[in-house]
Amino acid sequence: MQHGKYRFIVGFLAVPLGLYALFVVWPFIQSIYYSFTDWTGLSPEFEMVGFDNYSRMLDDDIFWKSLWHSVLFALLVPLVTLGLALFFSFMINVGGRKRKGGPVITGVRGSGFYKIAYFFPQVLSIAIVALLFQFAYNPDSGAVNSLLRGIGLGSVQPLWLGDPNLALWCVMAVLVWSTVGFFVVLFSAGMASIPGELYEAALLDGASRFTTFFKVTLPLLWDTVQSGWVYMGILALGAESFAVVQIMTVGPGGPDYSTSVMVLYVYQKAFRDGQAAYATTIGVALLLVTLAFAALVMKLGRRERLEY
Amino acid sequence: MKTTETPAPVPAEPGTPVLKTEASPGGLRQGKKEGTALNVFSHGVLVIWAIMVGMPLVWAVMTSFKDDASIFGSPWSLPDKLNFDNWSRAWSQAHMSDYFLNTVLVVGGSLIGTLVLGSMAAYVLARFEFPGNRFIYYLFIGGMSFPIMLALVPLFYVVDNMGLLNTIHGLILVYIAYSLPFTVFFLTAFFRTLPSSVAEAAFVDGASHTRTFFQVMLPMAKPGLISVGIFNFLGQWNQYMLPTVLNTDPDKHVLTQGLVQLAVSQGYKGDWSGLFAGLVMAMLPVLAAYIIFQRQVVQGLTAGALK
Repeated sequence: MQHGKYRFIVGFLAVPLGLYALFVVWPFIQSIYYSFTDWTGLSPEFEMVGFDNYSRMLDDDIFWKSLWHSVLFALLVPLVTLGLALFFSFMINVGGRKRKGGPVITGVRGSGFYKIAYFFPQVLSIAIVALLFQFAYNPDSGAVNSLLRGIGLGSVQPLWLGDPNLALWCVMAVLVWSTVGFFVVLFSAGMASIPGELYEAALLDGASRFTTFFKVTLPLLWDTVQSGWVYMGILALGAESFAVVQIMTVGPGGPDYSTSVMVLYVYQKAFRDGQAAYATTIGVALLLVTLAFAALVMKLGRRERLEY
Repeated sequence: MKTTETPAPVPAEPGTPVLKTEASPGGLRQGKKEGTALNVFSHGVLVIWAIMVGMPLVWAVMTSFKDDASIFGSPWSLPDKLNFDNWSRAWSQAHMSDYFLNTVLVVGGSLIGTLVLGSMAAYVLARFEFPGNRFIYYLFIGGMSFPIMLALVPLFYVVDNMGLLNTIHGLILVYIAYSLPFTVFFLTAFFRTLPSSVAEAAFVDGASHTRTFFQVMLPMAKPGLISVGIFNFLGQWNQYMLPTVLNTDPDKHVLTQGLVQLAVSQGYKGDWSGLFAGLVMAMLPVLAAYIIFQRQVVQGLTAGALK
């Protein structure tokens, strides 16, 4: 197998690695470098300014607002999403009552349908989902408020996205709505690989479904839950929150930056305000937040690994 | 789906030990007591979420057939007649057909490129030992977790300097680059599971490494390629952030940004029914693809995350 091996390896790796280095790795390294300059992005000239951008960032109220919103996104959205998904997938896979002649452990009736249907939002573009809900949240003629009117709650007509105190929660809800299905499917696959004997034993001991979930399912699924949390948090810090906030909220970024998140602020500084260097500085902060978030989840979530 | 509905093989024939134990008093009593109330509750929650997932989609389809007056007057009523002209107006006048074509070109090109280049890199990384193998592997994998936005500002200028801004092929190259991390990760694991004896036999028979790869290994990797291909199709079809930054020429817009632009400009023109028709038009192909390839989609999405 030695003949021509290295020529082959180089030949096969050159193009993919080249593209990846050019469009992903190199810009990534550059952006850290640019964060120490006063580059506007509009002209090719710039000078090194040391930590000026960083100290400016620490005095920037909008940066702190965006940071806080991003932290909320990374903590709350995965919490609600994974919580719902765990409940649903437990019901779908383990929650059913034993039917005569069937396996001991089974899902509720119609579980196959739920698994397919819940996944629907996941295949839609987050941009399309955001547009759809922007209409649904419309205070006068949107689907949500007219539904409220329809069921006799005509006095409750929030402004939703127009209300600075509500807008952020509305946007988060959309992310939860669109991602729960993915985790239902993911956890279902995980639960399917848990041996049925474990559930049988729990059943024999007279464990309720509640106990079964917390003593059998969750501990065995913990690794998946944890990596799901990291994955979801990174999405909620990055691309997904960009799309929902940019499309759904006015400004974009909400009245008085009430829904602004770090990614959106990077985008606005770079492409709206012509402050490319400052934008990359916020980008570096975003990278630090992402790394800190992943490390925190990994550390808090560390448990003895269970083998089965 | 099959895997989850038939969990552990539990013998169901009468007289087996399992059936006897099922009838043990403790287990059964417990089951009955908590059964009814909890079942009503949990079924209820499952149904409610199914409605919450389905209703916005049904509402969008319904609205796409209404005229503007009834969209605003009574959002939840059924359309009094099917206004198909919403759809034709969106398709031709609102440039949905152009956006559609652009998206097909971009996604088609980058999907093929991602699969070819991704499997080449993954094959080499999975099956050959050479200095730097681990480094390159982790360099690729690292891309899965860092915030794209950080690279986006300099990326814009890299693409601009190469004269690739607002071009279909520029967008294709960038899509490929950003799809490589997961693709390489997934396919490296897949190529490791394939038996090496077949490849060695082909090589002994005088086939070159390149030929062995394209004629022996790639056909064997088909299931993996399909899974990761569908994953990439969905991701690239739905991409919003990259085109928003790198593709600002309205003629080159892809579906997602075209729709968002349309929504912004529609705020002034007021053709809401046309906009909804466009939204549904963009939703239907992926929903159809999902229903048809439902099993592969699920496999592709979960395989990477579970490993």
